[in-house]
Amino acid sequence: MSPKTLYDKIWDAHLAHQAEDGTCLLYIDRHLVHEVTSPQAFEGLRMAGRKVHAPDKTIAVPDHNVPTTPGREDPANMTEDSAIQVAALDRNARDFGIHYYPVSDIRQGIVHIVGPEQGWTLPGMTVVCGDSHTATHGAFGALAHGIGTSEVEHVLATQTLIQRKAKNMKVEITGRLAPGVTAKDITLAVIGRTGTAGGTGHVIEYCGEAIRDLSMEGRMTVCNMAIEGGARAGLIAPDEKTFEYVKGRPHAPKGAQWEAALAWWKTLYTDDGAHFDKVVTIAAEDIEPVVTWGTSPEDVLPISARVPGPGDFTGGKVEAAKRSLEYMGLEPGTPLTDIKVDTVFIGSCTNGRIEDLRAVAEVVKGRKIAEGMRAMIVPGSGLVREQAEVEGLAEIFTEAGFEWRLAGCSMCLAMNPDQLAPGERCASTSNRNFEGRQGRGGRTHLMSPAMAAAAAITGRLTDVRELM
Amino acid sequence: MDKFEKLTGVAAPMPMINVDTDMIIPKQFLKTIKRSGLGKNLFDEMRFDDEGRERPDFVLNRPQYRNAEILVTGDNFGCGSSREHAPWALLDFGIRCIVAPGFADIFFNNCFKNGILPVVLPQAQVDMLMKDAEKGANARMTVDLDAQTITTSDGEVIGFEVDAFKKHCLLEGLDDIGLTLEKAAAIESFEARAAAERPWV
Repeated sequence: MSPKTLYDKIWDAHLAHQAEDGTCLLYIDRHLVHEVTSPQAFEGLRMAGRKVHAPDKTIAVPDHNVPTTPGREDPANMTEDSAIQVAALDRNARDFGIHYYPVSDIRQGIVHIVGPEQGWTLPGMTVVCGDSHTATHGAFGALAHGIGTSEVEHVLATQTLIQRKAKNMKVEITGRLAPGVTAKDITLAVIGRTGTAGGTGHVIEYCGEAIRDLSMEGRMTVCNMAIEGGARAGLIAPDEKTFEYVKGRPHAPKGAQWEAALAWWKTLYTDDGAHFDKVVTIAAEDIEPVVTWGTSPEDVLPISARVPGPGDFTGGKVEAAKRSLEYMGLEPGTPLTDIKVDTVFIGSCTNGRIEDLRAVAEVVKGRKIAEGMRAMIVPGSGLVREQAEVEGLAEIFTEAGFEWRLAGCSMCLAMNPDQLAPGERCASTSNRNFEGRQGRGGRTHLMSPAMAAAAAITGRLTDVRELM
Repeated sequence: MDKFEKLTGVAAPMPMINVDTDMIIPKQFLKTIKRSGLGKNLFDEMRFDDEGRERPDFVLNRPQYRNAEILVTGDNFGCGSSREHAPWALLDFGIRCIVAPGFADIFFNNCFKNGILPVVLPQAQVDMLMKDAEKGANARMTVDLDAQTITTSDGEVIGFEVDAFKKHCLLEGLDDIGLTLEKAAAIESFEARAAAERPWV
């Protein structure tokens, strides 16, 4: 048998049907659902008189719209259209008999944080969700990717997706990260190198010593942004850390089933000599703490750099850089550390896990945020929030001057009331710096939680290593 | 889904790379539980100023392109979120075909589910079509899916590739779910096999 990649193995294990022209039906083990991309899909089922094919494999949670302030269980505290979407998910979950974590449940949170936390996400699975950051679950060695609403309806009705196999891409991070450099810096540095279309048509497998050294939280951060690199999915082969994380979670297998699962999971790695269509290698030692300066996630630079000018680019990127600089209100040549910020957002499916909050606490402990700074920390789930309170992190945050919020997507995409006003500038741990992403006219700089914490303290983009 | 067979219409030039789905339809318009009515907010922040007035220089606000049915644009169009609201907004505005050197994966798939044809061409050919589109309302292109060709206003013919299954579905306006349910037996036998091999799932 010819050697296979991890992606090949998971793909082969889920191929339900292959037509003569190569079109495949891929079986889906877990379907995660949220309130924004699902109402039209459930409506489609109703109109066709169809049921959910596998309600036990379908898990729903409201996250995009929900306010992160107290009293949010009361629909009167949501905008009318948000309340309608959340109410529609309530009703669809009930009517179709799928698993559901309502806003009032402590397990509620961002769908990509809830899935792993509850043990729904397991190695070797196929996981989809009507959300591009489904790539997050790849950290477990699960083939996980975002789908549109028509595909959501297709999975609800058939538990399969019509697919063609993607190509294999390997991203290897050799060596060890320096202190102050994190998983977020890895994933941004990769996108900075390959561009936002670098992974188009591919599934990325991340490997190398620096990836193996990451915690599960860090691995989720890396895979989460595979989509910003254009890839359909990101994958990391499961290992002892993965099994340790999964073991004992509410929906993880137990007893004899655990042993059987473990035996299969241990076969989930890329065979020696397997073919990759594209290979990128980066030395961990070459990665510094990074930030974005522009309006595409590929606009990445080390914090020690200066704002580039259009002349630093070629092709379509020249005009794109001009537009970005104007939108961002930046002059070429400005040291990145001279850029002042007025808002700090810490949270999102990229960086809303407990390890992220610990990293923030380490920087801000005993310090105060800069005067006039609006700084909020939005935990990724109710359980992350609870954990942070038990560990005393919440107290550190509030003493430093941060707002300590309830779980949700919040200012990552600003569909709830947490938004930037025009011209406001935010140091953000989220995943997209697109124009208007965090609010019309708002300016976003992406970075790690530790870097965002440092910016909150100094009031400008800052190399966190100066505060360590 | 409406069929896509042959389309002759005005092509609007949008020479930008990395047009993301937040640009195509900003998030404040995702709070709908319907598929229709999103065209009026297509490219909202580029099309309208802070007071909601049209920006006259934006391509789809210019008189010659207000009824455009084809969009010629830069690489990596549709990057970002999985929101199908992006193709819904384009379709509702009247765009049925998008030509670019490359598309983001999820957006590309979403187009086919909604009767929109995304065409990938080499940069040089996109540049040529961009020039043609810049001629304005008189520059009408013809996109023929069956023949897999685009004919410029000057009569120049460019061929393009398209996945055979996706082409078939677009030409016939087929519903994917109906097609898959015809393979219910294959799905059931897969489920039986998987339940035996991986009972923990």
